[in-house]
Amino acid sequence: MTTGTVALVGCGGVLFACGTALLLARPLTRILLGAVLIGNGVNLLVLATSGPDGNAALLYPGTERKTIADPLPQAFILTAIVITLALTAFLATMAYRAWQHSGNDDVPDDIEDIRVVRRATYAEERERLRAAYRKQRHAYRALAHDEEEREAQEHTVYERLGTARDRYRGLRRRARADARAFRARQARAEETAEDIVGEDDPWQTILGADR
Amino acid sequence: MSAAATLVPLPVILPLCAAGLKLAIGARLERVQRFISAAVLLAVLVVSLLLLIAADRHGPQVMDAGGWAPPVGIVLVADRLSALMLVISSSVTLSVLVYSVGQGMADNDDTTPLSVFHPSYLVLVAGVSDTFLAGDLFNLYVGFELMLTASYVLMTIGGTLARIRAGATYAIVSLLSSMLFLAAVAMVYAAAGTVTMAQLPARLDALPQSVGMVIQIALLGVFAIKAAVFPLAAWLPDSYPTAPAPVTAVFAGLLTKVGIYAMLRTQTLLFPGQRIDAVLMVLALLSLLVGILGAVAQTDLKRLLSFTLVSHMGYMVFGIGLGTLGGISGAMFYVAHHITVQTTLFLVAGLVERRSGTTDLQSLGGLARLSPLLAVLFFVPALNLAGIPPLSGFLGKFGLLRAGVDDGGVLAYVLVAGGTVTSLLTLYALAKAWNLAFWRAATPEMCAAGTVLESTEEDSVQEPPGAGAQGAAAARGTPQPDVGDWPAGGLRVLVPRRVTATFGGQEITTTSSLPVSMTGATAALVLFGLAFTVLAGPLFGLTDRAAGEMLARTPYVEAVMDR
Repeated sequence: MTTGTVALVGCGGVLFACGTALLLARPLTRILLGAVLIGNGVNLLVLATSGPDGNAALLYPGTERKTIADPLPQAFILTAIVITLALTAFLATMAYRAWQHSGNDDVPDDIEDIRVVRRATYAEERERLRAAYRKQRHAYRALAHDEEEREAQEHTVYERLGTARDRYRGLRRRARADARAFRARQARAEETAEDIVGEDDPWQTILGADR
Repeated sequence: MSAAATLVPLPVILPLCAAGLKLAIGARLERVQRFISAAVLLAVLVVSLLLLIAADRHGPQVMDAGGWAPPVGIVLVADRLSALMLVISSSVTLSVLVYSVGQGMADNDDTTPLSVFHPSYLVLVAGVSDTFLAGDLFNLYVGFELMLTASYVLMTIGGTLARIRAGATYAIVSLLSSMLFLAAVAMVYAAAGTVTMAQLPARLDALPQSVGMVIQIALLGVFAIKAAVFPLAAWLPDSYPTAPAPVTAVFAGLLTKVGIYAMLRTQTLLFPGQRIDAVLMVLALLSLLVGILGAVAQTDLKRLLSFTLVSHMGYMVFGIGLGTLGGISGAMFYVAHHITVQTTLFLVAGLVERRSGTTDLQSLGGLARLSPLLAVLFFVPALNLAGIPPLSGFLGKFGLLRAGVDDGGVLAYVLVAGGTVTSLLTLYALAKAWNLAFWRAATPEMCAAGTVLESTEEDSVQEPPGAGAQGAAAARGTPQPDVGDWPAGGLRVLVPRRVTATFGGQEITTTSSLPVSMTGATAALVLFGLAFTVLAGPLFGLTDRAAGEMLARTPYVEAVMDR
């Protein structure tokens, strides 16, 4: 293996690493750059497989077959370059289209996944509120029971029962308001799930992940 | 070169030429365009059938492109596996094309422009055929790229926000897998000095085991991304459901199976032996269980189907992991069955969506009474997918499980258990979908006047008070059968005819807007899926012969190298 090949492999590796880092970013333009870097890195790796360097792979009278470089990897690379070009054009179009739609070109999260997860948390929250409600109802019943026992002795019992009922109703109202607020919060969160925070901020659009 | 060998490149060339022709025609002459697409795909189907017969009788058919001999030139090979895959894929693509014409990708022109859809679809078909026929790894890569580039366009067709979002995920993951594939091809070339698949077995066997292992893992990783095997499957349920129904159907049916095909080919031809089979089997188990548990949690029909797709990939990887004759043969049978059934189910999901405007199971309901035909079209492939005897899903799973029991290892038995559990959970998930969408009482929204509904012959068609003039005019005539009023001329989309009828005390505006070619194509695929049940004996015979040929390796190698 000649030094040239080592340099090719090293370059290819570095390009691949940089491209991978870019590919992990959110904005599509960065991903596009990452794809271009990786594509070039891979092309260098393919070129490195052609072995020692040599003359141009042209067949004409008097060519020494031993001295020409392996032409097959070059054919591979030419094909790969064309394909990468097509993909680059496509990704650029997609980034532009995403920008037209939402003012930035970030790749958003999967909304449906978020919905499934939220459904679970919502069920948990509802269960918690229900448990609280149930506890209040038990307390009220116990209170009412005590009141009944005393009813024979005291005429004011109705008054006190009234107070207890009012207290219970207040608690119930509060529990329901909690649930309502939670639902409203959730609905709002779902609505805004697609909106990226600060999309109106021009710096966010320009800098993206750099910020 | 035999006469059959000259047919080998046609499945690639015909769709490509047609795509070019269509681009030249542009947006004009819609009928001609549709005719060309259908005719070309029909021709591909016929060619594939001829190739299958030739490959089964006379061994692999080989064609050197441009007259260059194999180690240097591009070589196309059609053996039993390739030809079988071609037959299945071309029949599925033809059905989906007819379906999409019926859907009139035209009926909402700005989101799905016809002049883009048809050429892209044909390029996709060419790419899929090329991967099946590729005789060298680099041509396999080119086939993948043809297919993927077309699929990016189809995935984001119309460029709506949701499709761009889903398409971005899909494109990025596929792009990375292509780059890795190219790197793997470079590794193969560096290590073995050739990429011709027929030459590789001998060269790879001569390599140190560790080098072979690295190459094998690289290739398998790439194909596992394509085939959506568990740890590399997260992109699939996110991206597939947003595409138009025919596109999702053909992606779900074919594109993942292309990955499985590549795995089958490389595992048997290039890397036979047990070196990595345990890993494959563990991945298959995880894929089966995680996928199906994901499906159970979904409330959207298309997403549910996407997750079952991820899950059922596990069955095929299981067969490949076994690596025995029974395993490979069972995997091939399962591929054939699964392509058809999964495509059918996605097409039905498309019909459901067209019918009710949504595929969300929470808001669907009562479809079994509102549209019995749709219910039957869903029910049969759903049972088939879940593996209810005597349907082909059962036979495929049975073949794989029997191969697992024959293998007798601990892992094989664990997988047999996992496969059975998955089958039951699939039944559960699909029964849930059936109960919610078809069985329960229709919600008022589903029956509300103006909803796009379908009339059935049993419904008494009465002239309601205060119906629109159009509805009254339609109702005054003879009751229309649901799909019978198709113009004789061809595949034009119907202007929905409204018929108002009373149904359970409720007034329903119905329309025969499920075009006959959509339901017809879906029904044809349902019947095609059932045909696997009837023809299971000959088909298993064919897959057994194909598996024997692949495991022997020499027929393929000799057919390509020693001519």
